[in-house]
Amino acid sequence: MKLIKFLIVGIVFGILMAKSEAFSWYRIQEMFRFQSFHMYGIIGTAVTLGVIGVWLIKKYKLRDSDGTPMQFCPKEKSVIRYLAGGSIFGLGWALSGACPGPMVVNIGYGYLSMIIVFLFAIAGTYLYGILKDKLPH
Amino acid sequence: MLEFISQPWPWYVSGILIAATMFVLLYFGKSFGFSSNLKTICTICGGGKFVPFFDFNWRSQTWNLVFLVGAILGGYIAAQFLSTGEPVRISEATISDLAALGFSRPESVQPEELYSLESAFTLKGFILLALGGLMVGFGSRWAGGCTSGHAISGLSDLQLPSLIAVIGFFAGGLLMTHLLMPLIF
Repeated sequence: MKLIKFLIVGIVFGILMAKSEAFSWYRIQEMFRFQSFHMYGIIGTAVTLGVIGVWLIKKYKLRDSDGTPMQFCPKEKSVIRYLAGGSIFGLGWALSGACPGPMVVNIGYGYLSMIIVFLFAIAGTYLYGILKDKLPH
Repeated sequence: MLEFISQPWPWYVSGILIAATMFVLLYFGKSFGFSSNLKTICTICGGGKFVPFFDFNWRSQTWNLVFLVGAILGGYIAAQFLSTGEPVRISEATISDLAALGFSRPESVQPEELYSLESAFTLKGFILLALGGLMVGFGSRWAGGCTSGHAISGLSDLQLPSLIAVIGFFAGGLLMTHLLMPLIF
């Protein structure tokens, strides 16, 4: 079972989101009100380690478990799609208190009403697919 | 040991583990980005027949769906075996700000006012949850990623587009928190 490792990484991710309270609407509110270091500490630590690690991967041309060099595809250059799409995401993030990963962690935790949020996130993605060619990118 | 990890984890433990999640996925030849699953689910439900955007070989994303199932199980394990049942320890300043909007002091992880089933099936409660989800799904796909894809993977790779996306995340979040929520609640 090649896929079982992704299940285990997912389980660890779910537990860490729950145990660090990053999946709580209250913590997201606290973050957007700049009233605690907690969420900034989480994201700041992850990004700091991430930057160092990615730099090392590129410097030493590290390979993945299959022996192929680890790939980083540069995202296409644009401003409008990131700013506009990002802002709409942010509106939803603050209102629902959950980005897509934490949504499903909440469902597993027992917050069944989060299923509504998750289903509408799928609907929102579908809506984007329909409107894609009409939106600036 | 179980008692020890049942306490809320400090921010640096979470930050280290999130970075580790990204690196383990990179080692397995994958890129950490959760919202891609939303697109994959649209495709599995047959979206590719009607909308070209969803016409892709979703099997390349099977690993990510397995990761999603793992995240649900992780939430379940945390609730059943690793929980002290204490409410989240947010600051007093946030508690008093939220009280002004009609939210009571935290008793668990999520506010009853928004996430209890009673509230979710009132008209207003349902619309708010639906709207929140809709904007997260629409916005993340337009921006080409969510918190994991942009704020973690993208910023770690010093991608300018990801920095712009994260600025957008915060612009939208601040607008909702400080201007719109006082009108909504």
